[in-house]
Amino acid sequence: MLKITEEKDLKAIVEAAVEHHGAQADAFIPILLEINHEYGYIPGDALRLARKLMHDLPGNFPEGAASKEMVHVSEGQLYGLASFYHMLHTEKTGRHVVQFCESAPCHIQGGRELWKGIQQSLNLKPGETDPDRRFTLKTVSCLGVCGVGPVMLVDDDLYGNLTAEQLADIFARYE
Amino acid sequence: MKFTRSMVLVSTDPESMRRGAAGVYTRFQQELAAFGLSAEVSLSQFTDGGREDALPLVIVYPEASAYGPITTEDVKRIVEEHLYKGRVVEELLAPVKELSGRIGWLKARKGSMPMEKRVVLRRAGRIDPENIEDYIAEDGYHALAKALEGTRMEVIEELEESGLQGRGGAGFPTGRKWRFVSMTKNPKKYVVCNADESEPGTFKDRVVLEGDPHSILEAMTIAAFAVGADEGYIYVRGEYQLAQRRLEKAILQAHEYGLLGKDILGSGLNFDIHVHSGAGAYVCGEETALLESIEGKRGEPRARPPYPTTHGLWGKPTLVNNVETLANVAPILLNGSEWYRGLGTPSSPGTKTYTILGNVNFRGLIEVPMGITLREVINIYGQGLQPGSTFKLAQTGGSSGSIIPASLQDTPMDFESFRKAGVSLGSGALLICDERTCVVDLAMTLMKFFRFESCGKCTPCRVGTDRALTILTKISRGQAQLSDLDTLELLATELEIASNCGLGQTASVPIRDTLKYFRAEVEAHIRLGVCPSGVCDMAAEVETV
Repeated sequence: MLKITEEKDLKAIVEAAVEHHGAQADAFIPILLEINHEYGYIPGDALRLARKLMHDLPGNFPEGAASKEMVHVSEGQLYGLASFYHMLHTEKTGRHVVQFCESAPCHIQGGRELWKGIQQSLNLKPGETDPDRRFTLKTVSCLGVCGVGPVMLVDDDLYGNLTAEQLADIFARYE
Repeated sequence: MKFTRSMVLVSTDPESMRRGAAGVYTRFQQELAAFGLSAEVSLSQFTDGGREDALPLVIVYPEASAYGPITTEDVKRIVEEHLYKGRVVEELLAPVKELSGRIGWLKARKGSMPMEKRVVLRRAGRIDPENIEDYIAEDGYHALAKALEGTRMEVIEELEESGLQGRGGAGFPTGRKWRFVSMTKNPKKYVVCNADESEPGTFKDRVVLEGDPHSILEAMTIAAFAVGADEGYIYVRGEYQLAQRRLEKAILQAHEYGLLGKDILGSGLNFDIHVHSGAGAYVCGEETALLESIEGKRGEPRARPPYPTTHGLWGKPTLVNNVETLANVAPILLNGSEWYRGLGTPSSPGTKTYTILGNVNFRGLIEVPMGITLREVINIYGQGLQPGSTFKLAQTGGSSGSIIPASLQDTPMDFESFRKAGVSLGSGALLICDERTCVVDLAMTLMKFFRFESCGKCTPCRVGTDRALTILTKISRGQAQLSDLDTLELLATELEIASNCGLGQTASVPIRDTLKYFRAEVEAHIRLGVCPSGVCDMAAEVETV
């Protein structure tokens, strides 16, 4: 996730995503996931382009699809998806996204104290990005690695059994 | 916590006391001292055994031998034979009895330690999950072959007789669900595996998906045969990238071996499976929201009925099963329903996976027969609480669970006993909390989760979780009034009866359980402005959460 995004060609990313997944209804979310993964977030242009490409591709719907409107997917519908799912971002994020698990197991296993440490260390509140766009801080629901809680995800790297002392070292690895 | 070799529990509820439990307890102290065992055997009291016929009751761990009724004269024999020489005193054991009130009594329990029994996890970690031949060598796809030789009804009947209940949290009889879908006449049906495991503290499904992906493919293919489906989806949560890759690889291999696709094993069965990634929405674990999500929509739960068994994916009859449920299917068909009924309790056969988390010495995943008690989980598998701490409560994970106070730790964990005790097993996450945990802080954390994950479709849930969180936050800052607790109770009722799906309905549970079991602690925050556990920061401003 979130390799430097600017120089990547949004058009190429969207085209590849639509080509990978097709235009049927069950491809909408996979397409958005791929765009998000490659580009870091899903700008409005990507939604418009994806919609256009999908319309040009004849949809091969699972037999008996609910209704024909599904073929005519709207930008609004795609935006609705992008804004609903937590793994899809509609706003530009920093170069690195720090996600901290806020769920009860991590909370009980030391996460309560750690969460304060992370906010101080980055000088960010949840949802914020720092001015030079290095980090975006977010909270996330359980990541399913509670055995080593508390856990934090930086981009795709997972850190478990985390203590506040380790934070400075870890963040220094991300430019 | 001091490590002890054995643990002796004496029931001291009023009825036991009337029958002389106090004398039994004192005699145990004396005899343990006389045999020099005081340092290695702990002695404690418990109540609510639910066995009026066998009081006073004495339970000895780790063997989980239940003796009763016990008189002072019996104590020396138990100490000498059982604790000193290590032999269970068969004649003094309480008669085996079915579930009665709080404690389930099993044949398997009679003097034997509840051992870990792996059915669902039997291959995870032992085979190469990316190699289908490893799977086949370990009985893989044998159940499918066996099923295809028989009839659809035989499969469904075997499953019904096994008593398998859905392991996603609700505990619906699996065989019955399969029958419902098989009875529908629609030529197009789907089988969907719910692998959107997102209950906080739960990762059992991930271990199965990553360690034994073919077991899910096999079970889904058997299901397709039994209900008459030809297409399947595995909805894996977006965060489980490794599981997705392994499933995709497994599907390719199964195709190569003729175990998926057209005319499977020459039986005429056609079935194909797609892996569908979630995108980060807890509510998609609710089955109708999951179906919406596959259809490329926002994961908002549908109104039910109609149920997915008749109107599911794209309006077609759809069988939706949890990963752990499916992982039980092949072993049941191979070994028979009778074998399966031999595990667990009569009302909840089989095994259950639990994730043990929190302030214990060992954290991780276990699989044990249904009906093990929380005390056993903590002391045997969790290896006790961390040094210097005592058990306060357990939270059974995510939305479908409850807060269980220490007084209920001897309730056997199966669907029926938990229902009687008014608690929920949930997905099997056991978050063990010691006295350093503040119940208000915990409830606040849980409510934050619900508010964050509420999909916003229905008002009771969208607004209710937000208001409840505001009030809980006020309590934790010492700025609430007692009347706020009435509002909380009201909110809990509204959440429970008016929410559209399980998320909102069970968001009421942490509120109810907190007020039911820990009201004094909550009131201390309000009346005295102190957090008895010293967790809540009373000086902090109420931030806009």
